Amino acid sequence: MERINKETVQLHINEFATQEVYLHLETTNGAYASHFDESFFSASAYIRNAKITYENGKIAGDGPYRVGLKLDIGWVYGEGLTHFELDEEGRLLLAGHGPDGKLAIAMELSKTPFR
Amino acid sequence: MNKQSHVLVVFPHPDDEAFGVSGTIVNYIRHDIPVTYACLTLGEMGRNLGNPPFTTRESLPDIRKQELQQAAIEMGISDLRMLGYRDKTIEFEAPGKVKQDILDLITELKPSLIISFYPGYAVHPDHDATGEAVVEALESLPEKDRPTFHAIAFSNGHEEAIGKPDILNDVRPYAQIKLDTLRAHASQLAWTLPSLEKAYHEGNKEAVERLTIERFWTYPLKAEHSS
Repeated sequence: MERINKETVQLHINEFATQEVYLHLETTNGAYASHFDESFFSASAYIRNAKITYENGKIAGDGPYRVGLKLDIGWVYGEGLTHFELDEEGRLLLAGHGPDGKLAIAMELSKTPFR
Repeated sequence: MNKQSHVLVVFPHPDDEAFGVSGTIVNYIRHDIPVTYACLTLGEMGRNLGNPPFTTRESLPDIRKQELQQAAIEMGISDLRMLGYRDKTIEFEAPGKVKQDILDLITELKPSLIISFYPGYAVHPDHDATGEAVVEALESLPEKDRPTFHAIAFSNGHEEAIGKPDILNDVRPYAQIKLDTLRAHASQLAWTLPSLEKAYHEGNKEAVERLTIERFWTYPLKAEHSS
């Protein structure tokens, strides 16, 4: 992965628009957060292989970045994105990595289902 | 600890074995007691991806699979089973599914001992669900057919609830192999290793204990007809 280049990522987001694509979206503070700090309120979520179609999508901010995808009847939103990769299978992988080297958010689009 | 005929280790994630059990595993193998390690997932949702990232959410499972295979080699495990579940989902599987997988392994291998997590005191939901499935599997068997269950607990306050561990395995001779096993899981553990290794070699009490003593609770399974 490399640090997000806003213009490049915007072009990739455009390439996935107006067709059925598969979404992996995840935020996480780690399964041990409340174990190490009992005052920490642990919350996370992930959805894998949601089938969506968006008419337009946009990357915003100056880094870390936000991405919003406008669906026919809804939205997909993510913030804290720092890195991206168009992988060898042509999937757009966006991720937010904290200074501690840990993933905080992943937002990924693919034309075929994620395994 | 060497009176077993076959040991079955069941954990949900690659690296769950490294800190708490790898020395015990090596001890059994060195005493010609066969060990089977069943690992339920490939730790697909691990958070340690680095910054700058050294991998992606989608490539991590391949890395962790190789690390698990390398860790098995370090410990001398020749029977490694990867059960194909997904990280963070064990507790949501259909009731009885994981239990049945464990029963199938028990039927096939006839282990005298199972090692897994102590349900309710193992912090990660996958850990607790795995331990629960082991308990369900064992309690469904007649008492005479049940292997012993050595469980691992480490949640905050676990000793207040379940007492002190009744099994303390001295794995001093295998501390170096244990470090090598931890090292095999580099993607998830590399950042913890240098300080642990340094503290161990300097004789720091906590680090030495961590690498040389492995703690288990013999799980109190319900009597055959009490449920």
